[in-house]
Amino acid sequence: MKPRYAPYLFITPALVLLTIFLFLPVVASFILSLTNFDVCCLGDFINTKFVFLQNYIRLLSDPLFWKATKNTLYFAFVGVPLSIFVSLMAALLLNNPLIKFRNFFRTGYFTPVVTTLVAVAVVWRWLYHPEYGPINYFLKLLDLPTVNWLEDPRWAMPAIIIMAVWKNFGYNMVIFLAGLQAIPQSYYEAAAIDGADEVKSFFYITLPLLKPTTLFVFITTTIGYLQLFAEPYIMTQGGPLNSTLSIVQYMYNHGFKFFNLGYASAISYVLFLMIFCFSVIQMKIGKLYER
Amino acid sequence: MRDDKDIGRSIWFNILALLGLVVTIIPFLWMLFTSVKSPEEIFVFPPKIFPKKFYFYNYVKLFKEIAFFQHFKNTFIVTIFSVLLNLFLSSLAAFAFAKYEFKGKKTIFTLLLSTMMIPGQMTMIPVFLLLKKLGLLNTYLALILTSAVSVYGIFLIRQFMLSIPDELIEAARVDGCPEFLIFIKIVLPLCKPILSTLGIFAFMGCWNDFLWPLIVMIKKEMYTLTVALANLNSQYATDYGLLMAAATIVVLPVLIVFFIGQKFIIRSIMISGLKE
Repeated sequence: MKPRYAPYLFITPALVLLTIFLFLPVVASFILSLTNFDVCCLGDFINTKFVFLQNYIRLLSDPLFWKATKNTLYFAFVGVPLSIFVSLMAALLLNNPLIKFRNFFRTGYFTPVVTTLVAVAVVWRWLYHPEYGPINYFLKLLDLPTVNWLEDPRWAMPAIIIMAVWKNFGYNMVIFLAGLQAIPQSYYEAAAIDGADEVKSFFYITLPLLKPTTLFVFITTTIGYLQLFAEPYIMTQGGPLNSTLSIVQYMYNHGFKFFNLGYASAISYVLFLMIFCFSVIQMKIGKLYER
Repeated sequence: MRDDKDIGRSIWFNILALLGLVVTIIPFLWMLFTSVKSPEEIFVFPPKIFPKKFYFYNYVKLFKEIAFFQHFKNTFIVTIFSVLLNLFLSSLAAFAFAKYEFKGKKTIFTLLLSTMMIPGQMTMIPVFLLLKKLGLLNTYLALILTSAVSVYGIFLIRQFMLSIPDELIEAARVDGCPEFLIFIKIVLPLCKPILSTLGIFAFMGCWNDFLWPLIVMIKKEMYTLTVALANLNSQYATDYGLLMAAATIVVLPVLIVFFIGQKFIIRSIMISGLKE
């Protein structure tokens, strides 16, 4: 006899928690984004009024929001390709049969990925120290001009990008390694018989066959990078001159510093829409590959 | 001829790999060695990586004056309860989705999967208001309840459970074993590999989490490690010895778990990439 109630009992605790902390909040956050909910409403929810699309209209003419969007896109569009490039190079290097102790290197490269982001950001603030930090010292050794990394509006975002690449490349490297190992060795042997050298094999076999992996990595990394927060929060507090203010930090500032929760909800919804677009593109292209 | 060329290239490739390793590891060494330097040794030019004399006052200050242990305790309690609850509730739900037929199963499962692309920031404001109304801000529950189930976890465990033979469950049922005991005594022990992988990921996610604890833990004594470190970072902005000592304490547990479970972690990420 198959029990009829058991499965319902089993999914109930999970569903109740998800309903309270995920499903309903998604709807609530949209409703909130249509209200003027601010610090006055915090004590008494009754003061809340519907303002419909006013928050969204205000966003469109909010120069700081545009600045935050521009910064976030700068971080994503420069950081993602750079980090994917480094990941791919590291994967190609470690996949080479001439490399000894491959697993040792793989574990080493992966270590920054698992390490606490907040701690890493604090450490890098010290690495970037203009006078006593090792990075500027290294530049001096090479006779290059030193940079006031985190206090120069032109260099603060590149500094954060460099740190993010260092922190994240190991993750995509592992995914690329899996992709590389899935390419049958016989393809390369056949190409060698036909007289292809290594460079040709790389451009005509490796790269095309890595396309699905690259796409997957590209989308997931972009989604992650669009949620930039802890790095600038720790290293620059969004400065100098708002040059590293990100969308999530702008939402955090409005929501949890000034308690403009209605306006902050609208910001979070715009971020969701951006991420949603990327996810849809991913699924569309993913389906193309399945055919 | 060919062998000579290979040896030369092999040396170059291995040197390159080693250089890459140095670049990835130096920030950690810099952190660790700065944490045991005195202020006079920290602010020197040119910077030196190794301390001349080990200086432990940074750690003493961290635990004696700043009471960092309280934050360690907070993080530890929250992480342990979140991970255990997450593994239990997610596998319970996964069991229903993998091994039973019931009305609405497909609809509910699809609904669950579609929530995976929702970024965490979107639910933070309403959940914050809810927890405030319930008086749960500044409590461990504020962090535990919100990470007690994961859709990703349900999905992964379900995939794993599909490979458990139905006959095993059927046989137990014929023997009169209640459904819940089948789950506890037969299914869960078989799921050990996926549960340990997921447990490691959940542990790291929880330990490293920052934005959400920053929002719901407002009282200083309730700060988790990451929030406490961020706070130190702004209060003691130039006391790098102290900051590096704190950073070392924060990352040490994650690094230990990583080095123990690294094979699991790396393998499961490789599989996740191949599925796409």
